[in-house]
Amino acid sequence: MTDTFKMDEAQPRLLDETRQGVIGTPMDRPEGKLKVSGRAPYAAEIALDGMVHGVLVRATITRGQITAIDETSIHDTPGLLGVFHGEHFVRNPAQGMAAESPEQPGTRIDYHGQPIALVVAKTFEAARDGAHKLKISYKPDDSVDVDPQTASNVVSKDDDAVIIGDVDSAMARADASVDLQFTTPGQVAAAMEPHAAIAQWQGDQLLLHGSLQMLRFNKRELADAVGIDPENVRILSPYIGGGFGSKLGIGAEAVSAALASRALGCPVRVVMARQTVFDAVLRRTETSQRVRFAATKEGKLTAIAHDDTVSNLSDEGFAEPVSTASQFLYGAENMHFLQKVAQIHRTPAGSVRAPGEAVGMLAFEAGLDELAEKLDICPVQLRLNNLPERHPATDQAFSARALAQALREGAQQFGWSERQPTASRREGDWYIGMGMASAARSNMLVPSAARVTLEADRIVVETDMTDIGTGSYAILGQIAAEMLGLPTEKVVVRLGDTDLPGASGSGGSFGASSAGSAVYLAAKKLREELAHSLGCAAEELTLQDGMARGANHEKSFAELLPNPIMAEGAIEGGKTADEYFSAGFGAHFCEVAVHAWTGETRVRRMLGVFGMGRVLNEKTARSQAVGGMIWGVGAALTEELSHDPRTGHIVSRDLANYHVPAHADIPRQMDVVFLEERDDQANPMQTKGIGELGISGAGAAVVNAIHNACGVRIYDFPATPDKVIAGLEALGR
Amino acid sequence: MKTELKVNGQLHTLDHDPRMTLLDALRDDLHLTGTKKGCDHGQCGACTVLLDGRRINACLTLAAMHDGCEITTIEGLGEPENLSALQTAFVSKDGYQCGYCTPGQIMSATGMMDEVRAGDPSHVSTDLSGDVPFDDAEIAERMSGNLCRCSAYPFIREAIAMAAEVKK
Repeated sequence: MTDTFKMDEAQPRLLDETRQGVIGTPMDRPEGKLKVSGRAPYAAEIALDGMVHGVLVRATITRGQITAIDETSIHDTPGLLGVFHGEHFVRNPAQGMAAESPEQPGTRIDYHGQPIALVVAKTFEAARDGAHKLKISYKPDDSVDVDPQTASNVVSKDDDAVIIGDVDSAMARADASVDLQFTTPGQVAAAMEPHAAIAQWQGDQLLLHGSLQMLRFNKRELADAVGIDPENVRILSPYIGGGFGSKLGIGAEAVSAALASRALGCPVRVVMARQTVFDAVLRRTETSQRVRFAATKEGKLTAIAHDDTVSNLSDEGFAEPVSTASQFLYGAENMHFLQKVAQIHRTPAGSVRAPGEAVGMLAFEAGLDELAEKLDICPVQLRLNNLPERHPATDQAFSARALAQALREGAQQFGWSERQPTASRREGDWYIGMGMASAARSNMLVPSAARVTLEADRIVVETDMTDIGTGSYAILGQIAAEMLGLPTEKVVVRLGDTDLPGASGSGGSFGASSAGSAVYLAAKKLREELAHSLGCAAEELTLQDGMARGANHEKSFAELLPNPIMAEGAIEGGKTADEYFSAGFGAHFCEVAVHAWTGETRVRRMLGVFGMGRVLNEKTARSQAVGGMIWGVGAALTEELSHDPRTGHIVSRDLANYHVPAHADIPRQMDVVFLEERDDQANPMQTKGIGELGISGAGAAVVNAIHNACGVRIYDFPATPDKVIAGLEALGR
Repeated sequence: MKTELKVNGQLHTLDHDPRMTLLDALRDDLHLTGTKKGCDHGQCGACTVLLDGRRINACLTLAAMHDGCEITTIEGLGEPENLSALQTAFVSKDGYQCGYCTPGQIMSATGMMDEVRAGDPSHVSTDLSGDVPFDDAEIAERMSGNLCRCSAYPFIREAIAMAAEVKK
C-alpha cells in the first residue's frame, strides 16, 4: 500500500508554477474521436462468444409476497435457458458508497415495478417474450401507503435538525416576511444509456462489464450480493453513457446477470428496458417544502427557515438533503431546518444530480425572490446584504467563496439593470422577464488512489476512476502532463477497471478533485525522483516538453530515465475539512418569454457565473456547467414523475412522458463565466467540483424570471402551461 | 428468416428472428454498436441511422422490412483517424459528454442537413416553399428528436453550424 496524504493544511500552488501550460486549457477530450465515430464500447457492446440474453420481470403489485413463479408458463419459449430469482436478487440499486449489497427481499415485494426475476434465452427477442408471459402469483398486502401526503408513517429527523434562535417570534416582529409552501415532483436521472451488464465467470472469478460510477464500492456490493469474496470480482466500466447518480450502486441488471451466468456457464447480458430504468432505478424524491424568511425593511434577514418532507422506503437510509445550501448561503440570527421522511411504497429514492440543492434551491431561491419583491429591494442586492461571515450552522470559516463576485459580475454581464418592473415588458403575445438566483453546492474530498508511470516520452495514468461524460480522461491526462512536463498527447489514461488503484468514483462533484489529487500526488513523487536524478531540489525543478531543468542542470527525460519510473498517490480529507467549509458558489441569470394565451415559457438566454476553484479544463468544465443549467430548466419547466394514486407505480415511465429538455427547449445562448479562484483548503490542486453547481439554483432563476415576466408565482413545480395560465387568470391578465 | 442489408456499402445476409429490430440487427448481429439503444421506443433518437439516405429510428423498424435496403451507420460516416466534418466539429465544440447519444445526433444532423438543402420546411419555417434558412431555430427544431441528457445542446448546435460552414 502507498502512503496516504491527508489534507491537513493548505498546500503550495504548484500548478501555478509548472511550465507545461496545459492545465485549465480547453483541450478536446482524448476519447472524443472514439465517441463520435461510434467506436467507444459501452457495457452492453462487448462481443463475447456464446453470450445469451436476460430480460428482467417486474412486480405488478405494490406490496406483498410472491407465492409462485410458474416457469412452466413459458416452457415453450424457443431457446429458453432459465428463469432466475430468489434470495440473491436485489430489490433496487445500492445507494452511493454503500459497499454492500442492496436489500435482497426474497419473495417480498416492496414497490410496484420491483425486479423479481430474470428470463434468459438464446435471443433477446425470446427472452423478452418470455419475460412478458411469465406467470407470477402474489399474495398482496392491502395496507399500503403510496402517497407521502397521506402516509401514516412520517419520521421526523429531529436529531439532524438545525434550530438557532426563534424563527416564529422573528417572523412576528419582522418588517416583512414570507411563509411559503412549495412542492416538487419526483425526478429521474434518465441517463441516455440504459443500465446494462454482461457477466462472465472463469472458475470462481466474476468479470462484469458494467455501466457504473463508483467501481471501488461496486466491486464489494456485487460480491456481497452474489455471495463471493470481493477479490474474485473484477468490474470493467471504461465508457458510461451518463450517470447523474443513477449508476452509483450495483443494481438488478448486474446481480441478475452474474447469477444467471454462474448457473448457465456462459456470458449473460442484461440490459434494462427504458421503462425498467424508470421503475427499478433510484429516483429523486418528491418534496414538500416550507420556506420562511423574515427581514428588516432595510433588507437584513432576521429569520431563515426551510423545512421539508421527502419520501423513501422505510429501510432505505437515504433522505434527499433538501436544505443543505439553505443552511449556509445566507445568515440570520434565527434559523430553522427540519426534515421529515414519509415512508411509502414507491420506487425507492436515491441520489440524482445534486441531491438536496437541485430541488431545495428551487423553493428557497424562489422564496427569497418573493421576499425581495415585498421589500422592494433588488434580488441581487438582497442576497449581497446577507452573506454570513461563517457557516451559520457549523461555525466553520468559509474557504474560497465567490458568491458576492458572481452576483455582481453576473448582474453586470447579463444586463440586469435593464430588468423592468413585474409584467411590464411585452413583445406581441409574449411577456418578457428576467430572474436570478444564487448557486451553491458543497464540495468534498473522497479517498482516492492513482498510479502514474513516466517513461522517456510517455505518461501512463491508471486508476479505477470513471468518466461518465464529465471529462475524467481529459483532466487526469492534463494534470499528469502539467506536473510531468509532457504534451497531453503523450499521456495514456486508463480508467474504469477495478484492478487499478481505487478512486472516489464519479459522484457528488468530488471526482475531479479527489481522483485528480491522487494523480497529482503520484506525479509529485515522480517530480521528486526526477529532481534527485538531476541533482536539484524539488522546488527548483521545472519540467517542460520532456526536458528537466534545475540548479543549472538540464537533461532530457531520455537521459534521466533509462527505465520507466512509477509512483502511487493517495489522498483523503483532513483537518482543513474540519476547520473550513468548502463549496462552489455562483449566480444564475435567466431571461424568459411567457406566452400570454398558452402559458408556454421559453427560456431565451441564461448566464451562469461560477467560482469553483481552479479550472482543470475550460471546455469540459463549461459543458458540465451548461449541462447542469439545462437540468435546472427541465426541473423548472417540464420534468415530473407521475404516480398512479392506487399503486404508486410510475405512470410517466418513458422518455415520451417524462420530459427531459430537448434541443428546441434550450436557447443557443447559455453563457458561462468561470471566476479566477483557488480553494487552498479543498485539496492540493485548489479545485472544486462543477458537475452539480450548474443545476443548483438554475431552475429558481427560471421561475423568478417567469414572475418578473408575467406576475405569476409557481409553488408547484414544474411550471407547466396549465399552471401559468391559471396564475394569469387569477391575476386577471 | 433471412434478410439482405447493405450496410455502409457492404452486403450482409442476416439469419434472424423475425421480431428482430433493425437496431438489434445492427448492434448484435453485425456488431455495429455505434448505433445506440436508448429507449427502444422511438423517443430518444440514439439509434438514428440513414435508410436509403433518410434518417430513421432503427428501433422502430424491423430488420425484415428492409431487405435489399442501404443503411448508413455512424461507422460508415468516418473512422477515428478519418472523421467527417460533422464528427470533427463535435469533437472541437464538445458537442457531447458521455457520448451515448452522439452517434444518433451526428447521423440525425447528417440527414437533417440534406433535408434543409432540399428545401424541406419544418415547424418553425416561415415559408413552406423556397429556401430554408440554416439558422439556430431551424437546427434546434429539426434536431429535437435527439435527446441528450448530458445536455450538450448548445454545443451540438454549434458543431452542426460549424460543419455546415465547412460544407459550404
